[in-house]
Amino acid sequence: MSAQSSPHPHASIARRKIAEALFKVLGLCSLAIAVGTLVLLFGALLFEGITRIDWQFLMSYPSRHAAQAGILSAWVGSTLIMLVTAVVGIPLGVAAAIYLEEYARKTWMTELIEVTVTNLAGVPSIIYGLLALGLFVYIMGLGESILVAGLTLALLTLPVVIVTTREAIRAIPVEIREAAYALGATKWQTLTHHVLPYSVAGILTGIILALSRAIGETAPLVTIGALTFIAFLPPAPVTTHPPYLSFDWLLSPFTVMPIQMFGWVSRPGEDFIGNAAAAGVLLVGMTLTMNGVAIYLRYRMRKQVSW
Amino acid sequence: MMGTRLVWCVAIIGFLGVFGSGSRLAQADQTALIKVDGSSTVYLLTEAVAEEFQKANRGSIRVTVGISGTGGGFKKFCRGETDIADASRPILKEEMDLCQKNGIAYYELPIAFDAMTVAVSPKNTWITSMTVGELKKIWEPAAQNKITRWNQINSDWPDAPLVLFGPGSDSGTFDYFTDAVVGKAKASRGDYTASEDDNVIVQGIESNKNALGYMGFAYYAAQMKKLKAVAIVGKGGPVLPSAENVINGTYQPLSRPLFIYVNENAAKRTEVKDFVAYYLTEGPKLIAEVRYIPLPEQVYNKVSERFKKGDVGTGFGGVPEVGLAVDEIMSRPPKR
Repeated sequence: MSAQSSPHPHASIARRKIAEALFKVLGLCSLAIAVGTLVLLFGALLFEGITRIDWQFLMSYPSRHAAQAGILSAWVGSTLIMLVTAVVGIPLGVAAAIYLEEYARKTWMTELIEVTVTNLAGVPSIIYGLLALGLFVYIMGLGESILVAGLTLALLTLPVVIVTTREAIRAIPVEIREAAYALGATKWQTLTHHVLPYSVAGILTGIILALSRAIGETAPLVTIGALTFIAFLPPAPVTTHPPYLSFDWLLSPFTVMPIQMFGWVSRPGEDFIGNAAAAGVLLVGMTLTMNGVAIYLRYRMRKQVSW
Repeated sequence: MMGTRLVWCVAIIGFLGVFGSGSRLAQADQTALIKVDGSSTVYLLTEAVAEEFQKANRGSIRVTVGISGTGGGFKKFCRGETDIADASRPILKEEMDLCQKNGIAYYELPIAFDAMTVAVSPKNTWITSMTVGELKKIWEPAAQNKITRWNQINSDWPDAPLVLFGPGSDSGTFDYFTDAVVGKAKASRGDYTASEDDNVIVQGIESNKNALGYMGFAYYAAQMKKLKAVAIVGKGGPVLPSAENVINGTYQPLSRPLFIYVNENAAKRTEVKDFVAYYLTEGPKLIAEVRYIPLPEQVYNKVSERFKKGDVGTGFGGVPEVGLAVDEIMSRPPKR
């Protein structure tokens, strides 16, 4: 709208300034509410749980005595499951994204796959649990094991990894690819020498998001049969006799941090509230550590890129 | 470059791991592992027994305990996925059929009693006891949106809003309470604050003097200072929930037996046999600690005998039943 069409240009400007100020206040309030809630929640958790966190708590099995109970089986379970999820989910997700973005011809089929993958990212996690129960537990007969839990969470993370990897690859300028092709590089060489190294920061961001979502998941794991009381560790991955590597731990029953927390919160009495809060603090700690490592890697890799 | 090579290495190791472990499936099953799943009420006791049992065996036998609920536990049990099912009610007809279809026979072993507790806030001055009829008037489906004030139930009570708390509909406690009070399992009004976490119910009742709710005995016993238990009027007058009143059979109809069901084939394994024997001898000592009510000693002897003699089946015929007395539960011969 031009200034001449308005009878009172100053009034119009003043009105727009008020709107702007209003939005600023509104935005600030939203931010304050969001951050304030988070700080309050985490503060309360920290206040209730921090005194419970010690070596004994980390290295003990669950117990009916609140003071003796620990989360050894839960954090080991969560860590191993995250390992399986990362090992299965990341390569599959990244490879699928590369294929879709670089190799697949753009037809209605790839369009359909693209839309489906994006939609899958929004499917409630319990659905993945039911799928996993049918496929991995009943049809493939893998039992209620760390392997099944890892595979389930890998399925859950796949769409997020695929979508963010594609975005990251797409952000690499076409000129880089054209320059590589002009020098006689094959598609594979272009990918491994240029496109992937340059987009690794974006890919890592996707992986962080996906794994952070996975580590807090409870519903799909309850569906496939995560347990509440488990006072032993999976078999060690390294053995004393050849072949020195054992994968028996993959088939071990398991529990995870969020399930242990819920188990404690719902017990009669208040003795276990401190334990649950302490487990919560540690879970947040685990997520932050995971993010920290990824952020560090991203920083290192970004430094190597110069163009 | 280096990053991608790393990714590939990790991927290859991962796939090797997946396939390598597949061939070891049978091997992993042979280690001594006892799987228990089912009711979250019985969980507290099974967990205590499992903890002590594993300590006594210095970790050579592994026990896992889950909380899928009584129904969920039976589903897994009758598919042969678990060795023992925790149950806060006898097995039902459809569950019996499923077990039979899969060729699974079981021992039905009562292990403790629970006294479902109706509670009000300690600030509530007008309630000390209630009849089952009054409870029915409050909780039946027809009360929904109609019975909303205390004086609608009994004109001696004040004209104050009635605030209700109770467990959600997935809970065995809900099933039993509705069956015992309303007369039909799962028939309840819906306009009350429902929570799967009984601690929420305790907090809700404590903080509101117009509140009323029900929960398992353990939750009341753990928070006695915050709650006032309501005595249930029986034939001989009002009766409060307590171990004594459950054992002598006067706290009715809200006392219920708790069970474990043991797979007959699994019970042939030494570790399962030992675990059940341990449960029946050491369990009673742990029951008070988890705040349930132990059965009299002679009943435990009968239960042990049933297990040793190999009497499989259920004594209840798959029909839900309320108000069972302690001596009644072992008087019925188990049938397949």
